[in-house]
Amino acid sequence: MGNAIIQVVDLYKNYGAVQAVCGVSFSVEAGEVFGLLGPNGAGKTSTVEILEGLRTLDSGSVRVCGLDPQKSGNEFKQNVGAVLQSTSLPDKLRVKEAIELFANFYERRADTDKLLKQFQLEEKQSAFYNHLSGGQEQRLALATALVNDPQVVFLDEPTAGLDPQVRREIYDIIEQLRREKKTVLLTTHYIEEAERLCDRVAIVDHGKVIAIGTPRELKHNAAGTTRIEVRLARPLVNGVLSHLEGVADSREFDGTYVLHSVQPPQTIVALVKQLQQDNNELQSLEMFSPSLEDVFIELTGRRLRE
Amino acid sequence: MSTTWTLTKMRMRLAVRNRAFFFFSLFMPFLFLFGAVIFFAKGSGGWIAYILGVILTLTVMGSFWGLSVQLVTFREHGVLRRFRLAPVSASAMLASSIISNYFLTLPIVVIEIIVCRYAFHLRSWGNLWGIFVLVTLGSAAFAAFGLTIASVTNTMQETQMINNLIWMGFLFLSGATIPLAFFPGWLQRVALFIPATYLATGLEFSATNQAGLTEIVTDLVALAIGLWLAFEVSRQLFRWEPEAKAPRRAKLWAVAALVPFIVFGIWENYTGTRLKEMNQNYHALSSEMAGFLPTRK
Repeated sequence: MGNAIIQVVDLYKNYGAVQAVCGVSFSVEAGEVFGLLGPNGAGKTSTVEILEGLRTLDSGSVRVCGLDPQKSGNEFKQNVGAVLQSTSLPDKLRVKEAIELFANFYERRADTDKLLKQFQLEEKQSAFYNHLSGGQEQRLALATALVNDPQVVFLDEPTAGLDPQVRREIYDIIEQLRREKKTVLLTTHYIEEAERLCDRVAIVDHGKVIAIGTPRELKHNAAGTTRIEVRLARPLVNGVLSHLEGVADSREFDGTYVLHSVQPPQTIVALVKQLQQDNNELQSLEMFSPSLEDVFIELTGRRLRE
Repeated sequence: MSTTWTLTKMRMRLAVRNRAFFFFSLFMPFLFLFGAVIFFAKGSGGWIAYILGVILTLTVMGSFWGLSVQLVTFREHGVLRRFRLAPVSASAMLASSIISNYFLTLPIVVIEIIVCRYAFHLRSWGNLWGIFVLVTLGSAAFAAFGLTIASVTNTMQETQMINNLIWMGFLFLSGATIPLAFFPGWLQRVALFIPATYLATGLEFSATNQAGLTEIVTDLVALAIGLWLAFEVSRQLFRWEPEAKAPRRAKLWAVAALVPFIVFGIWENYTGTRLKEMNQNYHALSSEMAGFLPTRK
């Protein structure tokens, strides 16, 4: 990595007997949107909070913009912005005041009115913080994270708990940050978020990075299977589908047969022949390209949100 | 410095948007003032000056309660951790609390003095410079004591419990509400170890006797050292994170803020000057109001 703006090397963090982060290493290049994808408790927040300077590390090293977050103090803080997973502002602080307040702490300040417009908070600029909806609170958190026009932005589960409409609005904002060549480190447990927004993704589980690459690389390097879901008129004898051509794995969930195939066209032809032979009928058939969820299942044997 | 000033302005805005602030900082002291003047002073100028000292003490001591509760609320709600991401230091967070509280307390003190002078016919303004310096140091010191409590407690429940215990001592053993002259000798001696006694007697002397700055220098020095120690302890023990717990020994550190009052308490017990002056002052007022208030021989 010639232009790494974030470097994490062999990072460890324990909370008592609990190992939260176990030897995590990765680097993020300037202008990249990098995702840490993993289930709750995987060590994503601990990693990102160490990078933000909020937590100390037990061993390893981290650098952000060439600075040690723990030791560089204000110089470090001037260059980064962050949206924390759990945070708040005083109830009786107005939206515009909050942006102006945080802007006043920094040497480099973004224009308050521009931020209000960018985050669609103009109509709410005089509203108290405790009168905002979840989505508005999150947009304000993003606005206050960008008041110093930071080089690096940390977003810790920025869309967790938000409805799909608001989530899409946040996605648009992150895509805008990408266009502005900001470096973004994003943690998430939403597959579609990582696939849609991230240039590269590190899949994290039990405090370790288990795979890293672009979403396309990860899916390609995994089994590369296509998921085929079929519903039939009558149940099949157990195990029949797993012998079809190209099928790597087959399971049944609530009457839906889920096949993972390495040769989808051949599998479908074989399936149709098998159904004709059994005098059965196909009610529906859907095909899905491999997702990061499939990659996660292959690597860990579990679903992401189990 | 600009960070502290930015935070100070924010805190003042937040305070004036809070109804509890107006109730406890404005309504309560004035209710007490009117009640005390009507039921105890009975038109006696000397007693009005004494009551003014009491009201000013209660107003200034109120800093202790509000700031500790606010700091713990901010910590528990994750507000502090958001500020931690910005270039904001613990000193700036604490100093802004103390300064904003002072700016909000000062106008109330001025109104209380003006009301006593013009509505209740206070004979003289008293030692206004002495009052000003005592209010300034007292407001900052009691705010810092509150912040120290917030720094060594882990939950709002614990904060309120400890605040209540200390507040009772401040209120009833310092002369702020019940004149110390009512107390038996041994309890008067105990009162000399309580920080609020130095504020209460200092303001009492300044409001009634027109004691000069030199005569309240012990009170000022005790409050100034107490302020410095309390600020330093709360700065050292400051926690930004909701889940960060104060170690047990932290509570012992909080006691460090009491060191000047222990030292001055021993000194005052040794010389006996303060108790003598305080008893004399009270008996002089009692004779002015003979029949209305009990006296202690």
